[in-house]
Formats: sequence, C-alpha cells, structure tokens
Amino acid sequence: MSQIPSSVVPPRPDAAIILPGQPLAASAPMVAFEAVTKRFGGVNGQNAFTALDGIDLTVAKGAITGIIGRSGAGKSTLIRLVNGLEKASSGRVVVDGVEVGGLSETGLRDLRRQVGMIFQHFNLLSSRTAYDNVALPLEIAGFDRKKIRERVAPLIDLVGLGDKSGRYPAELSGGQKQRIGIARALATEPKLLLSDEATSALDPETTQSILELLKRINADLGLTVLLITHEMEVVKTIASDVAVIDRGLIVEAGRTFDVFTDPKHETTRALLSGLPGSNLPEAISRKLMEAPQPGSRAVVRVTFFGETAQQPLISKLMHGLGTEVNIIAGTIDEIAGEPFGSLVIAYDAGPETLERASRFYAQTGLHTEVLGYVA
Amino acid sequence: MSPEMLISLLLKALFQTLHMVAVGGVVGSIIGLPIGIFLATSNRGELFPAPLTNKIVGAIVNATRSTPFIILVVAIIPFTRLVTGTSIGTAAAIVPLTIATIPFVARLAESAIREVDQGLIEAARAMGATPMQIVFKVLLAEAKPGLTLALTLTIVSLVGYSAMVGAVGGGGLGDLGIRYGYQRFMPDVMLAVVVVLIVLVQAIQSAGDSLARRFDKRSRKN
Repeated sequence: MSQIPSSVVPPRPDAAIILPGQPLAASAPMVAFEAVTKRFGGVNGQNAFTALDGIDLTVAKGAITGIIGRSGAGKSTLIRLVNGLEKASSGRVVVDGVEVGGLSETGLRDLRRQVGMIFQHFNLLSSRTAYDNVALPLEIAGFDRKKIRERVAPLIDLVGLGDKSGRYPAELSGGQKQRIGIARALATEPKLLLSDEATSALDPETTQSILELLKRINADLGLTVLLITHEMEVVKTIASDVAVIDRGLIVEAGRTFDVFTDPKHETTRALLSGLPGSNLPEAISRKLMEAPQPGSRAVVRVTFFGETAQQPLISKLMHGLGTEVNIIAGTIDEIAGEPFGSLVIAYDAGPETLERASRFYAQTGLHTEVLGYVA
Repeated sequence: MSPEMLISLLLKALFQTLHMVAVGGVVGSIIGLPIGIFLATSNRGELFPAPLTNKIVGAIVNATRSTPFIILVVAIIPFTRLVTGTSIGTAAAIVPLTIATIPFVARLAESAIREVDQGLIEAARAMGATPMQIVFKVLLAEAKPGLTLALTLTIVSLVGYSAMVGAVGGGGLGDLGIRYGYQRFMPDVMLAVVVVLIVLVQAIQSAGDSLARRFDKRSRKN
C-alpha cells in the first residue's frame, strides 16, 4: 500500500459558520491524537497486530467529525481510545486537555461520565425499560431518585419517545432503540458524544432521522460529536470534518466538503464511489480509451460547488466550448450542508475544442477531470 | 400399613427432604453464586482479571462435580462431624448436599452470566461504571432469567441427591422409598414416594419456569 503520511487537521476556526447556534470554537481541540499507535496481541512486540499506526488527528470543539473507513481499518479501536476502553500502545490521546493514558481508574471513570457513547447494536439492557435504561448512567454516577427523574423525562422527550418510556427494548424498533441509546448517552450531560457505527444497523430512512437528531443535538446543546462509520452517506449528511482511515493510517483529513469534492487518496475515492452519481454508466466506462483518436469525444467530469453551483452551467458550457455537449451522468447533492454537483459530459475531442475548453475552465474556475475518450 | 400411618410417614419424609433441599440450596447458592460470578468475570481481559485463580477455582469446581455424590457423602464425613458434631441424621446430610450444590450452582451461574451480551458490559464501562456496578446493575440484572432457571435446576437436582443421603441416616423421601418400599417389600409406599417426588419436582420446575418468564423481557409479549 502507499505510505501516505497521516496529516494533522487544524482546529477549524469557522465552526460557527457551518453549525448555527455554536459558540466560536475555542482554539484547543476537544480530542487530539498525537502519534497514537495501538498494537494487539503478540509477546514482547513479536507477532503483534498493528491496528493503529501513528495517528495524528484533532477533533474540533462543537463540530461533528466523522472518521470513515472500511471494516478492519482501525476506526473502532480509534474511537475506543477516546474514553479509555482501549489503551494506546504509544502516543497520546488528549480529551479536552486531559491525557487519557495518564488517568487512574477513578480518573478514567470521571472522564467517561463526561463522554457519552452510542453503539451499532444499541447495547440497551433488555431487563430495563426505556426510562430505566436512560437512568442507568445516572444511577452509576450516584444521582438520587429525584434528580434522576428530573433528568430522564426531558431526555426521553428530547429524542421524541415521551410515550414509550415504560417500554422494554424488545418492544421498540431499531430507530427507537437508538433514540433511547442517545438519550442514555446524554444523561450525564457529556461534552463529547462518541458514535460507534450508530446507524449501521438501521434502514436508510431511520438512519436519516437519527442523523437529524444528532445534528439537532449538536446544534442545540453544543455537543462535540465524533462518529465512526463505513457509510459515506452518514459523513456527507452531518459531518463538517472528516478523516479517512485505512489500515491503521489516516490517509486523508479535512473539511468534509473539501475532501469529498476533491478526494486525493484512492481509499477516499473508493469509498466515495459508493455514493450515487459518482460512477460512470457501465456502457460508457467499458468503451473508454486513454488517448484521443480522430473523431473521438472527450469524456470529462465537471464538478461545481460554491459559487459555480449557482450559475446556469449547461448553457454557459455549450457557449464557451462552441460545440455540442451531451450529458452522460450527473448528480446534484449537498455535502455537509453545501450544494455540490458533478456532471460527466462528452464533447468533440478536436484540438480546437479542447483548447477552448481549457480556456473556459480556467476562466470559470470549474474543476474538471478528463476521464478518457470514446469513439 | 394404614393410610394414616403412610401419610404420617410421607409427611415426615417430605418435611425432611424439604428441610435438606432448602438449607442445602440456600447455603450452597449463597456460596456458589459468587464463585460463579468470579468464574464468569476473571479471565484475561475481563472485569476482575485473575486468570490463574480462575483456573484453580475452575479445577476445584470440576473435581467436586466429577466426584459421585454418594462418595462425596462418605469422603467428607470428618468435615461433616466438624461442622455438625455428628455424621448421621438430617443435619449431617445437609453438609454434603451443600458441598455438592456449590460447584453445581457456580458452573450454571457462570454460563448464565456469560450469556449476557458483551456489548452491555462495554456500554456500562463507557458510562463510567465500576466493575462491581457492572456485576450488580448489568450482569446479574440481565442474567436474572438464566439464573432463575439455573437455581431451579439446582433445586431439582438437590431433590434427587437428597434421596441418597439415606445412607447416612439423613431421612427424606428417598430414604423412605428405599427402607419401606424396597427393603420391606411395600410397593404401595414406593409408589406413594415416587408420586410425591414427581409432584414436588413438577411444582418446583413450573414455579421456576414461570418466574424466569416473568423476568425475561427479551421478547415482545407483555
């Protein structure tokens, strides 16, 4: 595999612009991974499996940060380092200024009470009602019954299950269980919420509603969210920042919009190819040639976002290129709340047209990529 | 034998059986349950990691369980005498019954606790729970249906074991069946003993099952 060095994501000063209702993010990050390595098994370093290999990453306060990767990439291990469910083999994990590795058992428990976590399989106690599940972290923290009641009822209302508080998990749907899981994670009023594939066991519609809920909680409570997922759709919908992890390395990181509109690493591209509209139709990609031949047409991907997304692009294109353009594939979408479009077009690959095209693209600032040529 | 006499013998034997089963079951469970919890939580990487102690305790539990009960009864007579001051009678019979119950309960409790989803332990750790809180608020709470069935099975087995302690004059239903039904050729006594035992075991099992069902919230039914 290519050894692309992991990069540091600077804390974003403009979090407030992306996330309305947020105080301006303080300069110190909520979570910082510094050269974190995690090895499993093995004796004296022999035959150990390296799950994380020198991770440098920061999670901005008040932001929703997504870590995406295939299964086995190390993302589950990474998120578990934050609340000390796993210990780093080397390097530092710092949560809101506190180094997790240096904490005693008691210190670790205090930290965990300030960090909520939700899980792929919800992990609700089957023997407790929805209400009592939400109450559990408060019981653990030693709250009295009255204080627990004051906290739990509003939380169950917040997640929209006020009428289900007496139900057992077996009587709830997957989405409802995750809502209870979220209410439970919020019970101790944490400053950070960890989401471990929280929507992976849910259908697309339920996934959207859970993501909406997380977004709302992030905006209303100012809660920092760190989520791991293998679904680009999840990151695209709610994460303002993203880090792509592959085989224990962060291969790409930055603002979600930037990473998604201009993916640099092959893993990112591969993960993105799962999104609708990002692939060429099979019939075209099969005929694609690498070099132009007389009379062939160029197949070009034009991506437009920000200001260019607002312009009457098609007519400008036809005008600018001075030739006919046909549309092969396209999608108009929103990434982290910003409009984004991708259009695959084909036009005459004569030298004159290509010349005009490159001038036009330079003028308009459109991002383009020549995918190949078809006869 | 007159019916009155039979009934009086049966009642006395039933009372002795219940006495032995109750004391053996309660004391055995009180000691066996914590051992079961320990066995289920003390492997490497678990709540109370102590792999070596786990292995030793496991071996002792296995050794006790593989000793035939009637041999155990005889083998621990010195210990029984130490505890109760005598080696015969109902009180003396309770000692080996209790000793046999401990590893039985321990293994059953261990497997009931191991049934609890690891994800719940992780969730509780993520909440900042102490290992003890995890045992009481998560493991025991979630394993309650399984533990109830385990205790039911223990009591039923104890009823069977208690039939053997006639060998040390423990009395009880089994003893009555052997002495009157078998040695004195009184088939009516034997039949009565068997019927009472069947009813007793059925009652225990049904009560246990219904209690376990009430504790089990894992399926949609209430």
